[in-house]
Amino acid sequence: MSEDFFQGYKGEALAKLQQYNVRVWGSAEVETTRGHFSGTVLPRAENDDSKHIVLKIPTGYNVGIDIDTITDMKEVGYKKANYKIPEKEFPRTPGLPHVKLLGTGGTIASRLDYRTGAVIPAFSPGELYGSVPELADICNLDTEKIFAVFSENMGPKQYVALAKKIGEEIEKGIDGIVIGHGTDTLHHTGAALTFMCQNLPVPVVLVGSQRSSDRPSSDAALNLMHAMTAAGHGNIAEVLVCMFGPTSDEYGFLHKGTRVRKMHSSYRSTFRTIGDTPVARITRKGVEPIKEEFNPRRTDRNVKIIPTFDDRVAMLYYYPGMKPDMLHSIIDNGYKGVVWVGTGLGHINKEMYPAVERATAEGVHQYMTLQTIWGYVHMFVYDTGRDMMAKGIVPCGNMLPEVAFIKLGWALGQTHDPEEVKRLMLTPINDDITDREPYNGYLVYQGGSPEVEEFIKKVHK
Amino acid sequence: MNQLNPRKNFEETRNEIGYVNRKDATQADYDRIGFMSGLEVHQQILTKRKLFCRCPAGIFQKPDQFDAEIIRHMRPTLSELGEYDGTALMEFRTRKEIVYRIINKNACTYEVDDTPPFQVDREALEKAIELALASKLNIVGEVHITRKQYLDGSIPTGFQRTGIIGIEGSIKLRNKEVRLIQLSLEEDSCREVSDIGHTRIYRTDRLGMPLIETVTYPDFTNPDEVKEGCDYIRFLNRSTGKVRTGIGAGRQDVNVSCKGGTRVEIKGVAHTKWIPELTHVEAFRQWALLAIRDKLLARMKPEDWKMQCREIDPKEFHFYYTPVTDAIARGDKLIAINLPHFGGLLSHFTQPGKPFYDEFTNRLKVVACIEKPNMATSEDIDDVISGNVFDQLRTMFNAGEQDAQIIFWAPEADVETAVEVIEERAKMTFAGVPQETRKSSADGTTIFERVLPGADRMYPDTDSAPIPLSSDYIESLRKNIPEEIADRYAQLRDWGVPADTYTYILSKNFYPLIKKIVAELDIPPKFVGAFFGHRLKYLHGQYKTIPFDMDRIYDMFNYLKSNNIDKSIARKMLTEMFKHPKMDFESILTQLNFKAIDKADIISRVSFIKDKFSPCRKDTTDGDRLNSVMGQLRSMSEGNIDLKELAEIVK
Repeated sequence: MSEDFFQGYKGEALAKLQQYNVRVWGSAEVETTRGHFSGTVLPRAENDDSKHIVLKIPTGYNVGIDIDTITDMKEVGYKKANYKIPEKEFPRTPGLPHVKLLGTGGTIASRLDYRTGAVIPAFSPGELYGSVPELADICNLDTEKIFAVFSENMGPKQYVALAKKIGEEIEKGIDGIVIGHGTDTLHHTGAALTFMCQNLPVPVVLVGSQRSSDRPSSDAALNLMHAMTAAGHGNIAEVLVCMFGPTSDEYGFLHKGTRVRKMHSSYRSTFRTIGDTPVARITRKGVEPIKEEFNPRRTDRNVKIIPTFDDRVAMLYYYPGMKPDMLHSIIDNGYKGVVWVGTGLGHINKEMYPAVERATAEGVHQYMTLQTIWGYVHMFVYDTGRDMMAKGIVPCGNMLPEVAFIKLGWALGQTHDPEEVKRLMLTPINDDITDREPYNGYLVYQGGSPEVEEFIKKVHK
Repeated sequence: MNQLNPRKNFEETRNEIGYVNRKDATQADYDRIGFMSGLEVHQQILTKRKLFCRCPAGIFQKPDQFDAEIIRHMRPTLSELGEYDGTALMEFRTRKEIVYRIINKNACTYEVDDTPPFQVDREALEKAIELALASKLNIVGEVHITRKQYLDGSIPTGFQRTGIIGIEGSIKLRNKEVRLIQLSLEEDSCREVSDIGHTRIYRTDRLGMPLIETVTYPDFTNPDEVKEGCDYIRFLNRSTGKVRTGIGAGRQDVNVSCKGGTRVEIKGVAHTKWIPELTHVEAFRQWALLAIRDKLLARMKPEDWKMQCREIDPKEFHFYYTPVTDAIARGDKLIAINLPHFGGLLSHFTQPGKPFYDEFTNRLKVVACIEKPNMATSEDIDDVISGNVFDQLRTMFNAGEQDAQIIFWAPEADVETAVEVIEERAKMTFAGVPQETRKSSADGTTIFERVLPGADRMYPDTDSAPIPLSSDYIESLRKNIPEEIADRYAQLRDWGVPADTYTYILSKNFYPLIKKIVAELDIPPKFVGAFFGHRLKYLHGQYKTIPFDMDRIYDMFNYLKSNNIDKSIARKMLTEMFKHPKMDFESILTQLNFKAIDKADIISRVSFIKDKFSPCRKDTTDGDRLNSVMGQLRSMSEGNIDLKELAEIVK
């Protein structure tokens, strides 16, 4: 394929560049009705308009030139930039644990993408060592890029591939696995891997970053160090999500893949364990368990991989006045499972009942979870609850809606027998349902109250 | 060589390089050393909100006031062109823990980088474009928000979001035209609270406030010109009435070099009056560093130079200098260093009161985070460590006659960086002038602040889309542009307004008001100019602030005119307006015991008073008589007759 000399330009802007024979990465002298401009022509992001040409001027800044103002343009030189993280060979240190980093994409390691103007993942042990050299003091690292997708594009196919990969790596004798992942659906993957990879002998740590690694204040480096430490040295052999504790660069938490949720669109400390405490705190010095009980690291390799998933599962987030056609269309489209996200203790309106009955009759498995996020489904309290159970909706305890969705897909991948599905759903694999909610499992402090303000002032957020 | 007298050496080397005090310096001196300077003038824009979030702008907090604190560490990242920036790497070495103090009133999650930017504040953008038009710049077709890396922590993201509004303009000074490189719209940074050891504390009140930066080419060839240019740009910014005023609202970075030197940036100069001394001293500092380089090169080749370094046991030496004994008590390490062939160079003159070793001690503070005093040398001007210690060290190192020694003390964790810092700075001596940013002191000297960042620290802001600026939009804004500052100077001169009033009038942007009073109320411009530039300035100085809205001055003149009261009473009224900002004009006149007296009535009294004047001394002149008569008539005349007109009659 011939080289693209006009990367990202289209329409009139492309015509203008072609007219004057000026290429992307060419040094250009541009005469316009707004004066003279000179600089290097940069690629243009695909979604930007076709009315401007981007120049990097000698002071290092970028400016756009309105093509309607251009009266003349000349290319006086050419130098293509090569954006590359310095690649250095990752040092091997005898005695340090062997950790495998599986890449799925996301912002944990990224570089600029001119096509979209956003950042794209960059990833190799050498690149990682080049940008976070401290990793070499923690472990011996190998990496493998499995997919390059953003978090929102992760799905059942990827869960299955990841689970199988984890199985292989464990058999090969790895000391710990880290998975780099976009943060949006990190908790879905956390749940999926918990169900698909049971009886783990080593830690499987999911990690992401809320600020891409092309920023000096990125949380990527510290998250990676924490994840490598947890995977290589930690004693908790479970599927864990490793992200910032407070928003400050101080420590991270290890959350169970089944109890964690992304709770803020952009905060660093966005991941929180719901209805319980995190399993542990993590610093660069090591893992400090918070929960007394966890599955400890073992030397055997007896992992059980159950890589199944039926993607004919949907979620219905109930809203007041919801019409039954929502459920009918799901049934009509051949879905086999529905996870309800109900109000309060787990409710939907009466108008929906006939549709619920039809779903049950046609073999659609229905489970109830909560919009309140915290707390248990209690369907015995009101008549509505009892009615719904009678019509076939199964309460999921305090299982998080996203976890229930993943678990139902996983269960339906194995069987469609209602009793068997129900057994799988309601038998906790790793605290996806817990027996009790500790007093400190629900702490959403309200700003403004004096004691909270005092706390915030004293303790770094 | 051991007999070297550091103080004498300092004086001698100052004379050797031909240092002259600024008041004695001529253009020939600046031409001799090739003085060159350019400016980066920062000016906050007056907006309701911050640039990239919806927090209010201009609400400040005290250093110890905060609702929450957040901690960050900064790591260097690559630029768009795939390079690491020099400063970035240095800042990374310092391993600073950055603490941000936030209060809810003026900072949200954007300031602490927990939320991506919102769309740029249109009010700020509009004002920035107007300022760019006033600076006669070529306006860009599309504003691209760029991230400019700052790893010192002054911005929690680690970069400043900034966008170029216009490039290539010019300003007209008295004797020359100075070219402008660009004008950008940027977010302001945090204010530093403290920087001790490995902890630096900032407050986030100023962070994110919109700011423009006007950058000139290095067209200035002497220190006074730099000040003139800076005043011009500041007056120009203020002439639009769209900028913030007050402490810290306008600041400048001044770039200076000398012939054979390199661009050094003096950061954050708050007042233009400091510019001449700072640029003068900096140009000569570079000149001195070049002399030091030449001396060193004459002694040896850079590739053969090797530093010796050894930890010393405090028990084997006698220290009486408190910082050293304190350090030993704290358990700090004591490190001795031998700098071959640096004899006579460490005490070489670089700046008034500052020998060459000052460059080392400040780098130790900034890069290795060791608080000052952090070292002593064999050439200290104030002999803090006895010569015996250095004799012992020379023996220990088997040092040559021409070598110099440094001892520094530091916590064990900082020793490695500290040694690197000293070695690095010593090696830079062979090259002459390191590229750096420097912090200014009130005495005109500067100290090392950071390695000078380059264009490599730029990165497109992937969180913001480009903002197109249509030609129609730009033309609609062009209508708001005030006349040029050069034209304002010329008009004031033509009016015969005294020259000593210009700076006050232009820096406070009172020109439009003066023009309005002159044009609409038909009051002589010379009188109005002096009224503002002398009377108002005097009272402003006395009271520190003007307690009333400036339109009140227009209203006062308007009141006088419509009530047929002569403007001569305006000066006294102004004093009352400062005393009683809310009092109406009628009450002020009552307060002043003003009585309307017919002009003819006053004139009719002239001859009587004139006759009454009986000189008590023989040498009494006509002038004395005039003063006496005017003195008696003044209080009744003010407001009733023009005093000049009266004086003519008295004569």
